[in-house]
Amino acid sequence: MDREKLKNVISEVLKDVDVVIGYKEGFDKLHATPCFITKPEQIDQIILNPLCVQNLASYLPSLKKKVGVVVKGCDSRTIVQYMQEGLINRENVVVIGIPCTGIVSVKKVLSKINHQPIVDVIFGDGSTVIVKTQAGEEKLSISDVSPDKCRTCLYPTPVIHDHLAGDPVRSDKKPEDVYKDVEDLSAMSLEERRAYWEKEFDRCIRCYACRNACPMCICQDSCIAESREPHWISQKSNLTEKFMFHMIHALHLAGRCVECGECERACPMGIPVNMLKKKINHDMKELFDYQPGVNPEDKPPMFTFNVEEKKIEEHKL
Amino acid sequence: MADTGFIPKEKWKAFIEGLSTKAQVWVPCLEGDTVIFRPFSKERNLCFERPANSSPKSVIFPQSDTLFSFKFTKDPETPQKVEVELTENKDFPKTILFGARPCDARGFTVYDRPYTETDTPDPYYKGRREQTTIVTMACQTSWAGCFCTSVEGGPADKTGSDAMITEVEKGYFVEPITEKGKSLLQEPGVEDGSAYQGEARKEQDAVRAMVKKPFGDTVRPKVSKELFDKDEFWEEALAKCLSCGACTYLCPTCYCFNITDEHQTDKGERIRSWDGCMYYHFTLEASGHNPRPTKFQRYKNRVGHKFLFYPEKYNNVIACSGCGRCIRYCPVSVDISEIVSNLQEPGAEAPAQGGNDKKAGSASNG
Repeated sequence: MDREKLKNVISEVLKDVDVVIGYKEGFDKLHATPCFITKPEQIDQIILNPLCVQNLASYLPSLKKKVGVVVKGCDSRTIVQYMQEGLINRENVVVIGIPCTGIVSVKKVLSKINHQPIVDVIFGDGSTVIVKTQAGEEKLSISDVSPDKCRTCLYPTPVIHDHLAGDPVRSDKKPEDVYKDVEDLSAMSLEERRAYWEKEFDRCIRCYACRNACPMCICQDSCIAESREPHWISQKSNLTEKFMFHMIHALHLAGRCVECGECERACPMGIPVNMLKKKINHDMKELFDYQPGVNPEDKPPMFTFNVEEKKIEEHKL
Repeated sequence: MADTGFIPKEKWKAFIEGLSTKAQVWVPCLEGDTVIFRPFSKERNLCFERPANSSPKSVIFPQSDTLFSFKFTKDPETPQKVEVELTENKDFPKTILFGARPCDARGFTVYDRPYTETDTPDPYYKGRREQTTIVTMACQTSWAGCFCTSVEGGPADKTGSDAMITEVEKGYFVEPITEKGKSLLQEPGVEDGSAYQGEARKEQDAVRAMVKKPFGDTVRPKVSKELFDKDEFWEEALAKCLSCGACTYLCPTCYCFNITDEHQTDKGERIRSWDGCMYYHFTLEASGHNPRPTKFQRYKNRVGHKFLFYPEKYNNVIACSGCGRCIRYCPVSVDISEIVSNLQEPGAEAPAQGGNDKKAGSASNG
């Protein structure tokens, strides 16, 4: 990840757009935060390292201006999906691609350092990160603290971009491994799986961070979870209602989820909510041989209709 | 009887278990990598090493609370006539909130002013509050985002607590603060704590020095109304906000709610559930008009409530206890302490808390 190259690209792009969205250092050295660059003198704030975790493409549908956006490979799929669904005007978006060598999960780092306050974070040779805390220093291998999505990432280089700030990176991951975690979970018995999800969802506080961080959750202020007229879901904070909300979230993303993992990253209660969406994506892949956010020309299966589907044999029953 | 107590490490769990035979005890538990308050049971994996991800406000102010249940019965003779039967919920069991942090305990004093210290106290909040003993754990370090000492609190601030526990090398030092708290000293296994007082104080002072100070030396940041009213400031500062409710729902001082009737065909419940000012629906009016249609206006209200309106109404008390959860868990790292710092009137300190507020700065040697 080449920060200088990125800064040069942003300087150029900024001449033609109203705002460029990138990353800057957040409230401590471990947390990056999105930044909205409108003036050349702000470019020096820009950082680029494995802490740049947020999916910045998520802001695009709500911005009614010309925007430059910094995207990693995973984030770029969001833009493709937006194009498929007509949610952005491509002419108003300048995509600044980052060939990505992997990011870190802040939650995993915090867990490794026992949640001690951060003094400094230093990226060494590209494969390690040194985290200095008030209690001492910890050298971590990036692969040990990478989010699950990086471990099976097939698109480290953005699938769509107008500029590429670095040399393309090839994936060395196998496509058949992408849904291994889903298959492992599906291998559990129904009772085990039910118990697993009940335990996880019991922690949900219905704060909707997962929904609002999701780039494809486009209902936003009209979400059925909060709609008071009609009153679809009760405001009770019991397991049934929590389950209901998460199931609806997952189902609304069938064949649309670009697996950026923002829902799970945003969850303050550590619930593996991304797994549900991956499960449905896995089914969509099996049924329709479709992968969201890869090719702008594709039509998402739920946006179209075929009298005969190759793998759905309803007419032969 | 001794004024303070001491519980050796090996008797710690038995002590908590003992409490659980007398009341419902809520304790911080580790689930995966998340710390959450749960009712105590022997199987729970207790965690006192760091503050819970979510504040324990739900113990006294549940996320959804049944105010009453109702049932409609049709008169078989005259079907137009419907009887309504109401059952009020008055079930407030004796509770011990064990292992809250000083910022959590201070949070309840923020709720007390609108909910109990008025002419029309809230019976549900008041009922639970009176039944609850708050046993607080002094913080062993300062965590990411913490800024309690800049809003009049501290890692061993006693405001709102009935007793405070400080971890020392060989065990736990217990300081009762209220009458409710004093009963802890009579529990089996609690020894005389006087020998550990010095060690505990030293521990508390060391942690106090670690907490970051986003507002410089002031402990009462004074928000400039002129800066506060500039919409451009909010638009810029909140461009990244996702407008989710993580900050409000994790917050130990956010107390807004909504009331809904949850119907089935002939029966139902009127429930009160948490609401948050970061949601679009929060201010949506029946006409369809929304006075706060954008996220920056909503966050402006959030900061305004905590640092301007509440202090104006309640003797200059700031309605933020600096727990840092909204900073720590914000998906895009919105930092309320940075925002307030940028709104500070240069060189000004807010006036001291009013003398007629009984909670103001009480018993605070944190």
